[in-house]
Amino acid sequence: MLWESVKLALRTVQRNVLRSILTLLGIVIGVASVIALVTIGQGATDKVTSDLSKLGSNILLVRPGGGALGPPGGNDSRSFTERDVNDLRDIPGIRAMSGSARSTKTVIFEGSGQSVEVTGAEPGYFETLDWAFTAGGPFSDSDNRGGETHCVVGQTVVNNIIRRDPAVGETIRVDGVPCEVVGVLAVKGNSAFGQDQDLTVIMPLRTFQRRVAGNTRISVITISVATPQDIQDVQAAVADSLRDTRKLPPNVPDDFTVRDMTEMAQALSSTTAVMTGLLGAVAAVSLLVGGIGIMNIMLVSVAERTREIGIRLAIGALGGQVLTQFLVEAIVLCLIGGLIGATLGAAIAFAGSTALGIPFSFDAGVAVLAVAFSGLIGVVFGYFPARRAASLDPIEALRHE
Amino acid sequence: MLDALPSRALISFRGVRKIYGVGEATVHALGGVDLDIEAGSFVAIMGASGSGKSTAMNIIGCLDRPSQGRFAFNGVDVTHIENDARALLRRNYLGFVFQGFNLLSRTTAAENVEMPLIYRGAKRAERRALAEQALNAVGLLGRENHVPSELSGGQQQRVAIARAIVTDPLVLLADEPTGNLDSQRSHDIMKLLRELNRERGITVIMVTHEEDMAAYATRRIVFADGMIAKDTVGAR
Ligand SMILES: Nc1ncnc2c1ncn2[C@@H]1O[C@H](COP(=O)(O)OP(=O)(O)OP(=O)(O)O)[C@@H](O)[C@H]1O
Ligand SMILES: [Mg+2]
Repeated sequence: MLWESVKLALRTVQRNVLRSILTLLGIVIGVASVIALVTIGQGATDKVTSDLSKLGSNILLVRPGGGALGPPGGNDSRSFTERDVNDLRDIPGIRAMSGSARSTKTVIFEGSGQSVEVTGAEPGYFETLDWAFTAGGPFSDSDNRGGETHCVVGQTVVNNIIRRDPAVGETIRVDGVPCEVVGVLAVKGNSAFGQDQDLTVIMPLRTFQRRVAGNTRISVITISVATPQDIQDVQAAVADSLRDTRKLPPNVPDDFTVRDMTEMAQALSSTTAVMTGLLGAVAAVSLLVGGIGIMNIMLVSVAERTREIGIRLAIGALGGQVLTQFLVEAIVLCLIGGLIGATLGAAIAFAGSTALGIPFSFDAGVAVLAVAFSGLIGVVFGYFPARRAASLDPIEALRHE
Repeated sequence: MLDALPSRALISFRGVRKIYGVGEATVHALGGVDLDIEAGSFVAIMGASGSGKSTAMNIIGCLDRPSQGRFAFNGVDVTHIENDARALLRRNYLGFVFQGFNLLSRTTAAENVEMPLIYRGAKRAERRALAEQALNAVGLLGRENHVPSELSGGQQQRVAIARAIVTDPLVLLADEPTGNLDSQRSHDIMKLLRELNRERGITVIMVTHEEDMAAYATRRIVFADGMIAKDTVGAR
């Protein structure tokens, strides 16, 4: 009986191919977006995790503000001062460190300009992050202390703005401040969020504070540890020193966070998970709309086939059997939509992952779940029309034209 | 008016009324009918249009319920049974042939005939065999895979009869089975019904407007204004 219902349902779908496809659009889009979003989100998380682990297990990032990962240097949190940073320098086990601040500014060279993320940092920044140069080198400590207008640029700045070989020795204007290029960074490509990491200008922190930002805030302190095993000790020492310098009484929680990269990776993953969840909710709404479409078409189908239902009831079909038939039809319809959606979603995710340069992390479990969920939509939204079919009066139904 | 004891007849009406509509627009389709039909009979129901023939047939066929009075099937009062119980009665004991054939379009003759068996939960092979037998009985072997639109009116009516008898029912109900057919085909259908009645012992109850067709029956019941006006046994 069940198998007969499935066969009958497939036949009905086949008879109304166009109508079925149009009806299924909502489900298809819903399932496709769920799968595409989850897959791309997972890929992004994987990419972030692997990027961060590439950075090494010996890096500590210190940011103002306690608790969860928020926007760096938010206004409400107390940024670091030069004293905060200087007091950290004597902590044993630190290989290199740098306070830094950043801001998006227009960078101009000979009339061509673009918005660029400009970072002010100490020379230790490059050593801390193990950044390599393709031309020139970092600015010096005396550049920083003297507030010299020197800068290091990423390859995209060279390609898009300077467009001259060699770029070293040219003078660009950062927010109107002329800066001499002393080094070009090795290419790093896109970040997990599709941001071009080579569209960057780095200048001495002092210079940045005085000439570009107009304040003395330091929003991040980057520290690299000589031996990764020591990282916990250094982390604790950094926290103690900062509490001391910032004069935090014992009962007040930290107004800064010291994280190593594994923690960062976790925090970022949970951020992407929240994003994925939100987008998933959007997809769920489209599934709901799809479900209503299914209900609508099933009601139309019941109305159109009233006579057929009358015949079936007259020759001995029980109400339950008619109900099953229409329910199975709705489920089959939704499952077809789910399968099409899953395939489409995987294809979109594949194309998207390739375009964003992140891994294609397709999760078959999610696909199965999404298809099963569309089946459930069939049950929920097919039930009412099926009930209507099953409760038809055979005489009335037979009389129906 | 109500008979305390159910009759021993296969079909039995006691004071059956069917009232449609409310207030001014009330129609008494059946006005208190008493009727017994014995197993094995071949009954022709006649009467003017609107006299209540189809209404009576629908009640006999457990498709409809009386508004008042009692209806017993095979000695059991089934006036107030549940919808599903009535569906089971239809499935197990009754076969229907409708005036408009009422076959499923885009569905082959064999599939149409198999349909009642699907609801009985019969296995595929068994269904095939029984459908073939039924189609053979109505002389339609070789047309199993034709859809209704590829069959003539008489052939469609025979598919409908095959569908009605495939479950080997006690009663075959036919509401104007020859209404859409020419005289030659009508006689063919009547001969088929008579054969089913005589050789398989199926009780046949049919509605007809034509004397020629009624002549095949062993009993003739004439309705007028929702009442039985004439009831003659032993025609022919
Ligand atoms: N669903 C309904 N609603 C209201 N009145 C109805 C309904 N069905 C039948 N009737 C009325 O009941 C009466 C008997 O109808 P019925 O169909 O039994 O007649 P009939 O003898 O079969 O006529 P015909 O020979 O034209 O088929 C008619 O007056 C008809 O108008
Ligand atoms: Mg009639």
